[in-house]
Amino acid sequence: MSSSEKKLEQSQMQVQVKPRVSKEHQYINPSPIHGLWALTNRDLRKWYTNPFQLFMSLIQPIIWLGLFGKALDFGAIFSSSAPQLSGAIVSSVFGTSSYFSFLAAGMLTFVILFTAMFSGMSIVWDRRFGFLNKVLTTPVARGSIVMAKVLSSVGRSLVQAAIVLIIAIVLGMDTSKMTLLGVAGTFAAMFLMAIGLSSLFVMLALRSTDWQTQMAIMNLLNLPLLFASNALFPSKFMPDWLQYIVKVNPVSYATDAARQLLLGSQGIASLAFDFSFLLGFAILFSVIGIVMSWRYLTK
Amino acid sequence: MHGADHGYNSDIIEVKGLSKHFGKLKAVDEITFEVKEGEIFGFLGPNGAGKTTTINMLTTLLPPTSGEARVCGFDVKREANEVRKRIGVVPQEYTADEDLTGMQNIMLCGELYGIKRSEVERRAKDLLKLVDLADAADRKVSSYSGGMRRRLELAAGLVNNPRLLFLDEPTLGLDVQTRTAVWEYIRQLKEEYNMTLFVTTHYLEEADSLCDRIAIIDHGKIVKIGSPSELKSGLGGDVIQLTVDNSADLTDAISRIELVKEVKKVDSSYRIKAVKGEEAAPLIIELIRSKGLHVTRISVTKPTLDEVYLEYTGRAFRDEEDPSRVWAQRMTMRRARA
Repeated sequence: MSSSEKKLEQSQMQVQVKPRVSKEHQYINPSPIHGLWALTNRDLRKWYTNPFQLFMSLIQPIIWLGLFGKALDFGAIFSSSAPQLSGAIVSSVFGTSSYFSFLAAGMLTFVILFTAMFSGMSIVWDRRFGFLNKVLTTPVARGSIVMAKVLSSVGRSLVQAAIVLIIAIVLGMDTSKMTLLGVAGTFAAMFLMAIGLSSLFVMLALRSTDWQTQMAIMNLLNLPLLFASNALFPSKFMPDWLQYIVKVNPVSYATDAARQLLLGSQGIASLAFDFSFLLGFAILFSVIGIVMSWRYLTK
Repeated sequence: MHGADHGYNSDIIEVKGLSKHFGKLKAVDEITFEVKEGEIFGFLGPNGAGKTTTINMLTTLLPPTSGEARVCGFDVKREANEVRKRIGVVPQEYTADEDLTGMQNIMLCGELYGIKRSEVERRAKDLLKLVDLADAADRKVSSYSGGMRRRLELAAGLVNNPRLLFLDEPTLGLDVQTRTAVWEYIRQLKEEYNMTLFVTTHYLEEADSLCDRIAIIDHGKIVKIGSPSELKSGLGGDVIQLTVDNSADLTDAISRIELVKEVKKVDSSYRIKAVKGEEAAPLIIELIRSKGLHVTRISVTKPTLDEVYLEYTGRAFRDEEDPSRVWAQRMTMRRARA
């Protein structure tokens, strides 16, 4: 065998034993939350690249706002029986100039509640379609899988809430006391509520493979959360037992913050309390969600 | 050579006394086996035998009830994330997101491994080319055919350059042509990436032609492990049947040939068991010719894995189990997981 042949053989051998993955670490992003944005964006993309879904998710609150807000004109009841007093009554009952304005603030939390509710649904679908199993075999943090669902739902619901607010203003919401800072504060409150509620619904769906059960759970929680709050009607006229529920319901505090900040209404609690409650709610449920994902997010 | 990097010596999978119980059901019952680096290891068994449960434990999806499993040198329970970084998984079901394109799916997978975006993009393009999906890369997966989706799953399983690839029933539900094509890809990928493959399959002929070693699992226990030829030779060799144009008795003469183990004569036909049928057959023909006779018909039959399977499990491979039993078992598993 000539020396050149030997060299050739050696070089071929070297090629064969060259460790293929030795450089792997240089491509790896060591961040513990790697993949979080990729997963969040995947869910958001389904929404913003599908015009029909985008349209449908906006049409529902608008219909509610239009039908509910305009049909249930409580102000008209008072103005027909006591025309000279109606302005004062409406303002003392609803804390603003019309029921429509009162409801518009509630509608913001309504949109967020309904979007959060579906965040749990999407994890059930991911499990059913096998996507979740695939994700679980990768080294992405289990908490990131849960938080991606929460964040995509938060992002989506805030966009929807913004559109609902604009439409409410167009339809005649009272803007006399609205400020830019107030709007920003409202969205901060909405953000906190969305985090907490989405975490709650994702958490409930962690082990579920069955969308019917999930739908039942969603409906069971959703209507009480909505009606046992001040979102649609002032809580001070509710029976005592219901008022206790209203007082532990985060939907009440988000709505209350929105009314104080957008309409200058008298709140059921101070703004500081509203925000503290919502912050505590958001932190508590997102932490529970992450901790539960470590244990329960398996096949 | 990867000792320091990966922490294993030669066995890329080491399983000792591994069990998974769902309530009273022992889905996997104290199994022990090793998979060597670089081999294609086949995991065979009927529905409900414990194949998928085993794969789920080895890929860190299910925590074992007891026993130990080390994959790429790391414990599947305590060091799950280290295992996950080093393996690729192609699950039984289609897992790609139908609303995304093929390219977006692979990119997403890569990012879940924490691979930097620019690198993921490069790899995704390479992988899609490798599985012949480059033209369909920017189409939504919902428009893909079954074979295309299978190939996409394969590509997604390779995005982290795994040392070990798990394939759970990679050809289930595909037509024969697509099945052949998928196996061709798998073979090609193995050559290209020098991976170890752990494959479960229903198709015995596929396991036979592809796997270096096979484990047969039944009722949660491994009943036999070995190379396909070892398993088959355990059954006693190939069968040669031949017909001669004369009824003279050649039994003694034929049984003197070294490779021949057993000869039976029926009229002018012989049924011969031999160690290496394709080598024994020409010798037998020569012998018969040397006696001035002619062979009018000859066939050599190799024992198939179907027979091996029957031998060790006592039932035919494709016999589905009693559906009510399977259903009851599923319910037990579901309850136990809830």
